[in-house]
Amino acid sequence: MAEPEQLVAEAERLAVAATTLDELSAVRTAVSGKRSPLVAARKALGGLEPEARREAGQALNAAKASIDEILNSREAELSAAARVEQLAAERLDLTEVAEQPAHGHLHVITQTWQELEDVFVGMGYRVAEGPEIESEWYNFGALNFPLEHPARDMYDTLYVDYGEPGTTLLRTHTSPVQARVMETQAPPIYVVAPGRCFRQDTADATHMPVFHQIEGLVVDRATSLGDLAGTIEAFTAAYFGPGFSSRLRPSYFPFTEPSAEFDIQRPDGSWLELGGCGMVHPNVLEACGIDPEQWQGFAFGFGIDRLALIRFGIDDLRELWTNDVRFLGQF
Amino acid sequence: MKVLLSWLREFAPDIDGDPQHLAEVLADLGLAVEELSHTGAGLAGVVVAEVLATRPHPDADRIQLVDVDPGDGEALQVCCGAFNMAPGDLVPLATVGTTMPGGIEIARRKMRGQWSNGMLCSVAEIGLGDDHRGIMILEQGLSAGTPLAEALGIQPDVLFDLEVNPNRPDAMSVMGVARDLAARLGVLFTVPAPPVAETGAPAAQRAAVSIAAPDFCGRFGVRVLDNVPSGASPRWMANRLLAVGQRPINAVVDLSNYVMFELGQPNHTYDLDLVPGGALGVRMARPGERLTTLDGTERTLTTADGVIVNRDDDAIGLAGVMGGASTEISADTRSVLLEAAWWDPMTIARTARRLGLRSEASARFERGVDPDIIPTALDRFAELAGALGATTSPGMIDAAGNRAEPITVRVRPQRVNAILGTDLGAEEMTALLSPIGFACDGSGDGQDFEVSIPSWRLDSAAEIDVIEEVGRLHGYSKIARTVPVTEQAGALTPQQKDRRRIRALLCGMGITEAMSLPFLAPGDVARAGLGDDGITVANPLVAEESIMRTSLRPGLLKAVAYNAARRTAGVSLFEIGRVHPGGGGRLPDEQEHLAVILAGREATAATTLWRRLARHLAVANPGVVNGPVDGLHPGRSGSVLADGRPVGALGEIDPQVLAACEIDERAAWLEVDLGALRGADRRLTPYRAPSRYPSSDVDLAFTVADEVSADDVAATIAQAGGELLSSVALFDVFRSTQLGEGRRSLAYTLRFEAADRTLNDAEVAQVRQSCIEAVTTAHNATLRG
Repeated sequence: MAEPEQLVAEAERLAVAATTLDELSAVRTAVSGKRSPLVAARKALGGLEPEARREAGQALNAAKASIDEILNSREAELSAAARVEQLAAERLDLTEVAEQPAHGHLHVITQTWQELEDVFVGMGYRVAEGPEIESEWYNFGALNFPLEHPARDMYDTLYVDYGEPGTTLLRTHTSPVQARVMETQAPPIYVVAPGRCFRQDTADATHMPVFHQIEGLVVDRATSLGDLAGTIEAFTAAYFGPGFSSRLRPSYFPFTEPSAEFDIQRPDGSWLELGGCGMVHPNVLEACGIDPEQWQGFAFGFGIDRLALIRFGIDDLRELWTNDVRFLGQF
Repeated sequence: MKVLLSWLREFAPDIDGDPQHLAEVLADLGLAVEELSHTGAGLAGVVVAEVLATRPHPDADRIQLVDVDPGDGEALQVCCGAFNMAPGDLVPLATVGTTMPGGIEIARRKMRGQWSNGMLCSVAEIGLGDDHRGIMILEQGLSAGTPLAEALGIQPDVLFDLEVNPNRPDAMSVMGVARDLAARLGVLFTVPAPPVAETGAPAAQRAAVSIAAPDFCGRFGVRVLDNVPSGASPRWMANRLLAVGQRPINAVVDLSNYVMFELGQPNHTYDLDLVPGGALGVRMARPGERLTTLDGTERTLTTADGVIVNRDDDAIGLAGVMGGASTEISADTRSVLLEAAWWDPMTIARTARRLGLRSEASARFERGVDPDIIPTALDRFAELAGALGATTSPGMIDAAGNRAEPITVRVRPQRVNAILGTDLGAEEMTALLSPIGFACDGSGDGQDFEVSIPSWRLDSAAEIDVIEEVGRLHGYSKIARTVPVTEQAGALTPQQKDRRRIRALLCGMGITEAMSLPFLAPGDVARAGLGDDGITVANPLVAEESIMRTSLRPGLLKAVAYNAARRTAGVSLFEIGRVHPGGGGRLPDEQEHLAVILAGREATAATTLWRRLARHLAVANPGVVNGPVDGLHPGRSGSVLADGRPVGALGEIDPQVLAACEIDERAAWLEVDLGALRGADRRLTPYRAPSRYPSSDVDLAFTVADEVSADDVAATIAQAGGELLSSVALFDVFRSTQLGEGRRSLAYTLRFEAADRTLNDAEVAQVRQSCIEAVTTAHNATLRG
């Protein structure tokens, strides 16, 4: 019968010799399985004197514990090695990708439009809309442009064949939305109205027969020109960022009085003429059923397209309309 | 509107300071300076030279060789790109070493192998005006070699090119600009009374005016002048006219223009000998009446046009727009009738627009000139003409039509401050208004005051107009800026949020947003396989932009073709935009559509897209019903339903349409009327706690006819599956000869589960059987083994 020390030594020799988990499993069967010398030795204990049996039993138990530890330790080693081997075998070059990213792009006009909406929504405004084919009344009449007034010539209006000639047109500005909002909504009013506008124009780098504007309208109890100037300034800071400021210059629009142009000064000191604004003309308030003695308002409007060009460094308006994916995909 | 600083100073001598600063002051007054330039400077080195000979350049057609005498009697060769000079002409020569007003330095250099010893100059090149059409031909009598500035009496000056708004007819004159500027600068402004030396028979005996259209002609003033100069106007006057962009013609024409630019009053001269009895009348034209205007064109008039007539009632001029040829001044003219009148602005605007005759005069008349400046304008003309040897008959004829009553406006100081956001006292307001001629009458002390609107401000008629003037003269930049506070929470509407959600979803699916012109050309709609053309534009610039789109399809087809032609096939694009399908009430129907085109993809890609979109927007019961749609593949098209109502179409573009658009790949299509979709019910499926018990999956494959919609089969399964069926999904479609012509296999995975128990085999088998029976019965289907 083998000595317990020999059994341990033999187990250690075999465990070290095992190089895979499968081999080790076989070793485990050989050294501690049912037919192993260890089990045989334990069975043989029955034939010993009680004193000797106790001693030999203790020795065998100690050997069994040692063998288990040797096998477990070796198993941990081999498992770790197997894991390393497996991971190494599964290595991937993560740039080895044939599939192109399918990523859509919002049009630059939409991006600019949404950004403007967000700025004004943040300032407490709602967003209003109106039709692109508009009546002569909302585009001009309600806005204090009398029929045949020379100021109508400031707009190269496109008319459509609908109803009586000259009564239906492609809106030349988003200002008709002012009148539509005032007619249907009781003051106080704080709205912006982004939208598509039209004019009779030949397409070139800086002109298109179709363009986009955003209009702002505030009607409240004591709205003043100072409020307008402050609002333009607050918008300028919010949209353009720090270092930009604004100024108002007297101008003329039939639907506002006093009227002004507003310019944005860039941090380098240069000016950008952005849009027109003014106090809503009392005639316009009245035409929309609002008492100008009770309510005062201001309005402003400017082009979205040019802001988009500036924002993205585009130098030709026509690019916005080609639908060339090499253009659209850049933004 | 161009004004010279020296000219402004004739009305307000104390206008002074840095020109850049003056430009900023003008802008702050609402007279934006588009361009500020220094004239008459940088002319050292430019001399009068006499043309001796002109010769062709041996190697160039566009330039010639000109020999000039620069004053030393020697012939100097210069290459020149203009051909408007002849031997004997006097021309400006920029000698070698001169730095031109534009910054160009003149050097001796070879042009196509020929030496050029200087440069002959145009009006524009020496900074005297805009004219660059040829070399400036100088008046005879100057001596060669004289510095040009000395020869022409040119002084350095500052030119402001102003943008004048339509409500400021008064600023269409040097005088009006000077009035505003002087008021802001706080310096004295006066309109000099022109001294006129009168002689001979009184004007009243030599001329007469009758006004038969008093609403059209508010005032008609006439002076009679004799011995009018026939030659060129004096150099100083020509220089000023050149500077403001008016080409000098001759003394009489130049005088007329000069007075118009200076005082804003257009005026007209008639050859007195061609006007019998010096009698002028005003009436509206007769229908179809004909008149040959100064430009030699015969015009047919309407009753909306005003005419000047002679004693015989023959039209001799188109009032306020253009004179007639029959009474035109010529070199032989000795005596003239000088007319300065006030015309109804609207009538002038209509006539000028209808006849396409926009002139400096009509532009002023249609904005409204000052009827009270007429005598001054006549006198100013007479004064200037007198300096050139003309004589003036005593008195003027001053005929009156109907004039608007002078306007007085009551102004409430607290209203002024409320509108402007200022805190000005009544006295501060009147101090701002008085210098621009708005005479104020009131007690002061914050009380209301009366303002008399000056005759030159036809735009002003109400309190708000006066408020604007207070603000303008005070300066918008001085007004304290405040931001109004609203209790309203800013927000987008549900449909505006939807639009953003749709865009975000489609972008996330790799589809890029396009933006197509809403205008179409004739034939575009038909090419896209759609019905009739939509609303037409009444006055398009080009036919390509003459029809409003009825669908987003033509634009997106064009975009696919455009990209394919640039070697990008398979583009996925979407667009959200308004279309005008025709019909409507007071305004044409306007719909907002979403369209998606997936080039290179089959129709079912559009179905998948629609389902995702509907799911994303929580559209109740989204559906697809197979059926033909205009312009789509007849066997691969259908309508899109939301809660049972049609809201759009999907499928694949008809191959015939693709061919017509030169697209050689398939294209899946989805178009949804977003307005209709908004009207459809939106509903979130009620929450159900996920079952804690295992589910059972059952796969079923049926053979059905091609005409049977897979959606319908799924719906039948869903109904038969009842409570226990938690989902049904198509996972395979299969066709083979074994299945037979016109039939295919549809395989579905059915998942069964219950919230309160694990389903036993018998339960699953029973519901499975119900589903099978339902499908086989409803769709003439057979279960595949």
